[in-house]
Amino acid sequence: MNNLVILPIIIPVIAGMVMVIFRKRIIFHRYLSVCSIIAVGIVTLLLIFQIDQEGVQTLQLGGWEAPFGVSMVADMFAALLILTTCVVALCCLLYAFRSIGQERENFYFYPLFMFLITGVIGSFMTGDIFNLFVCFEVMLVSSYVLISLGGTGNQLRESIKYILVNIISSFLFLVAIAFLYAMTGTLNFAHLSIRVAEAGQDGLMTVVAILFLIVFSLKAGLFLFFWLPGSYSAPPTAIAAIFAALLTKVGIYAIIRVFTLVFYHEPEVTHLLIGILAGFTMILGAVGAVAYWDIKKIITYNVIVGVGFILAGAASLTAEGLTGSLYYLIHDMVVKALIFLLGGTVIHLTGTSRLKEFSGLIRLYPGLGWMFFIAALSLSGIPPFSGFLGKIFITEGTFEAGFIWLGIIGLLTSLMVLYSIMKIFMNGFWGTDTSEENEKRTTKGLLLPLGILTMLTITLGLGAEGIHHYVDLAVEGLINPGIYIEAVFGTRPVH
Amino acid sequence: METLMSILVGILFAIGIYLILTKTLLRIILGTSILGHGVNLLIITMGGLKKGGPPLLGIKDLTYADSLPQALLLTAIVINFATTALLLVLSYRAYKVLGTDDTEQMRGTENE
Repeated sequence: MNNLVILPIIIPVIAGMVMVIFRKRIIFHRYLSVCSIIAVGIVTLLLIFQIDQEGVQTLQLGGWEAPFGVSMVADMFAALLILTTCVVALCCLLYAFRSIGQERENFYFYPLFMFLITGVIGSFMTGDIFNLFVCFEVMLVSSYVLISLGGTGNQLRESIKYILVNIISSFLFLVAIAFLYAMTGTLNFAHLSIRVAEAGQDGLMTVVAILFLIVFSLKAGLFLFFWLPGSYSAPPTAIAAIFAALLTKVGIYAIIRVFTLVFYHEPEVTHLLIGILAGFTMILGAVGAVAYWDIKKIITYNVIVGVGFILAGAASLTAEGLTGSLYYLIHDMVVKALIFLLGGTVIHLTGTSRLKEFSGLIRLYPGLGWMFFIAALSLSGIPPFSGFLGKIFITEGTFEAGFIWLGIIGLLTSLMVLYSIMKIFMNGFWGTDTSEENEKRTTKGLLLPLGILTMLTITLGLGAEGIHHYVDLAVEGLINPGIYIEAVFGTRPVH
Repeated sequence: METLMSILVGILFAIGIYLILTKTLLRIILGTSILGHGVNLLIITMGGLKKGGPPLLGIKDLTYADSLPQALLLTAIVINFATTALLLVLSYRAYKVLGTDDTEQMRGTENE
């Protein structure tokens, strides 16, 4: 029992609610949002040290013992993701200060941002499957409003599609929960794990597992990503960046959590299926990224490739594969936010997202150009940067699990990712400046969050040894569900 | 009883999915609403439909109905309300701005 566990969820909720009351005080909104995100980061750091010292931290809400109440569980896997969420959210906020515009700020942009963060952190930390559904809804409803905030024609069109897809996937989630409850009679993750292990994962249980896979795939953009390219190119840059960095990652987290903690008994069915879907996702995402000559489209398809790659590691269900997935997940959150913010800055500077309409940007904006170059290398996994280690481990994991085809697809799509992103760099930044107006637009304030994220991707690459201990601890928890179950129930016998 | 409920849920799902696949925005929203009813019925059915008193301790009864699915249902209903309200307002707004309720015309090809 540890009250620190609830703080990362409580702080942004309260901050958001206070902001709603003081609607017109935009400066206050800005300070409060930054302060609360930093506070969550500090609490999470404390949590990480506690988990390192004392094992997985839990909190039984209301003091009800584990299977009867809602448990909050902070294991290393969740804590690392929450810390990354904080960093990414902070950078997107700093970017939003400069770019989001007063009109949106006046209509509750910052409170909605806080509620989005609440939903994401809640999903990472919950130990109860229905509570996961509720946290998903908190996150999704905030994202519905954020995607349509502003009300331009394109935004309205895309947000209707986005909301419809997510409503249907939420219904499927409820259906899956109903079936699971009928079969096991419990909703607590740890208790579910025990019940499924005791009863054995028979055919029916595997069907429910696959239903969960479909639900989370819709959220994560694993193969069922048809909604993603349109939705992610509609909202303004800062919002698109936070979506790309966080929303699909929550789906990925849910897949990894459910298929390592509850449904891990039939890997030759479920995990093979995840592997096949991951392979298709990588191929289709890479094809999309290569096909378009539009910055927004290229970077949204890169999100899809990343999802496939992370789940390829999870599909292998080996220590190497999961280590790779975790490294790559952290890297991907940082670098996707970076690449969306960079792409958005380029569009802001040139006024177009079509690659063929501008070139020679590096002469006017050298800092931006080199940051884009570093982000591109990092995205495709070139050694000194953060993407490399994850790719190595995932490839090793897939080879070890016998999914050699999956590893090869991963490596080939890395090449295509590199080509697609270098296409932006070479066409947009090199060459002669052909645009009509040559005057230099200001990038004041926009470069700071970009710089932080760029430094972070370099540090994560060079200093991977520093977080290795924590990643190992997280993977140990994923490989061995007993650690999680024991943390939730203590040493009491539960059936 | 569970069998009958399952068939009803199946029918609701079929109608909901049929409506979601049509062109008009309002019919799609009605479809999601009907689908939502199907889901809620499914939750209550999956909790078991045995005979028993309502889950109120004031009523002295030997057995009570399972109260957990009822709590889940209540949560799901309000979430469904909120998202449906948002979707209705959004489609009204989309109708005002885009001037159409036909999803075929909402493809957004001018941006590609």
